Amino acid sequence: MSTIAPVDTRRLLTAEPADSLPVLSLEALLALAEESGLTGRGGAGFPTAIKLRAVAEGGTAPVVVGNAMEGEPLSRKDAVLLTRAPHLVVEGLALVGRALRARETVLAIGPEINPAAAEAAARVGRVRVARLEGGFVAGQESALVNQLDGRPAVPRDPLVRITTKGVDGRPTLVLNAETLAQLALAARHGAAWFRLAGTEEDPGTSLFSISGAVERSGVVEAARGSRLRDVLAAAVPVDPVAVLVGGYHGAWLPASQLDTRLTARELRPWGAAVGAGVLYVLGRDLCPIRAAAAIATYLADESAAQCGPCVNGLPRMADALQRLADRVPDPGLPHEIDRMRLLVVGRGACAHPDGTARMVASTMRVFEDHVTRHLAGHCEIEGARR
Amino acid sequence: MSRLHVDWTRCDGHGACAELVPELLASDEWGFPVSRTGERDPEVPAYLAEHAEHAVRSCPLMALSRV
Repeated sequence: MSTIAPVDTRRLLTAEPADSLPVLSLEALLALAEESGLTGRGGAGFPTAIKLRAVAEGGTAPVVVGNAMEGEPLSRKDAVLLTRAPHLVVEGLALVGRALRARETVLAIGPEINPAAAEAAARVGRVRVARLEGGFVAGQESALVNQLDGRPAVPRDPLVRITTKGVDGRPTLVLNAETLAQLALAARHGAAWFRLAGTEEDPGTSLFSISGAVERSGVVEAARGSRLRDVLAAAVPVDPVAVLVGGYHGAWLPASQLDTRLTARELRPWGAAVGAGVLYVLGRDLCPIRAAAAIATYLADESAAQCGPCVNGLPRMADALQRLADRVPDPGLPHEIDRMRLLVVGRGACAHPDGTARMVASTMRVFEDHVTRHLAGHCEIEGARR
Repeated sequence: MSRLHVDWTRCDGHGACAELVPELLASDEWGFPVSRTGERDPEVPAYLAEHAEHAVRSCPLMALSRV
């Protein structure tokens, strides 16, 4: 969990605790979220202002939850943030809780994160820290609400939104830990300052967790819209073949595309998004199909086991990808993978099947040549079929 | 106009819905409903409203609803 020098803007990890917590009225908070253009840093990238407004209009005292579950295995940014600048997360949470006149303000921490610093900071901000069970989907908003209510940490049917009925039946606002820290800084310095980094469409900075074929894995802070190459530079990639952008639910960019800017617009043609800022570098020593099959198998195992298409389809998809990685001589494998992918998309309570299908689709497309060679029984990395 | 919504956390793939409104729902190879319209929650045209309502009432797990 090391921290390496940020390539561009250094904001979150160097911030000192405030002398006193800033107090914002609801109107001022909504205006700040709107004018700063802040979007969620937990994965979905949804505009924070819209989420705030949805809960503010509820009319009932809400519950505000800071999400530091960090269930994505390659993500370290919330752990680093809560070690280096826990006061910022608490500050953001307290700020939102007060403005919304919340019934309760909770910081939910997953098992991978050392809670000591956060608990110390939380005492100052009068925020409750909940140390929860982990898992890939445990940080999904409705799964988080369920766990806070004492139920199993599995997603709910999205028909009733948690912003209407969440923890304890109250309107519930869940914001990622980094989003809250960003909001705290924006409250200190203003929306115009926030926009000094990043692009017009996508302002501010983000934390990125970099791993894989790099000399120094760790977390960097960079301006939104930075080039992939520049964000990766501090970690020193070693002969990269491709980068999985957005984590296990993300998509690959081949190494020829390192000049791509990490914006929604430039990533969209690849089916990728910044997500929670996870960047996994694939080197030359690992077969891309093998790597993708391992991820797909992990994701199939992490299904909450509630929704039929996910329970049945994800293992089948992972298994077919695994057989392709093993160079099993079955020309029907790509079709089977495609069929399973299309069968699971949009058919679950959460986006787990969709995210898994996205990563698998990207693998089949970006590594098309590699797939063809595998079908012929050969892999340029693993050699001929054993 | 309404839509048919499957609560996937409840659905166990009994398949009654696909039999009662085959115009809107098929069954996948495991027996779980598949939208025939390509929409996540297929829209119910007026002439199928009664059948859709019947399917909603017939789901043994109350996993199907009109929204």
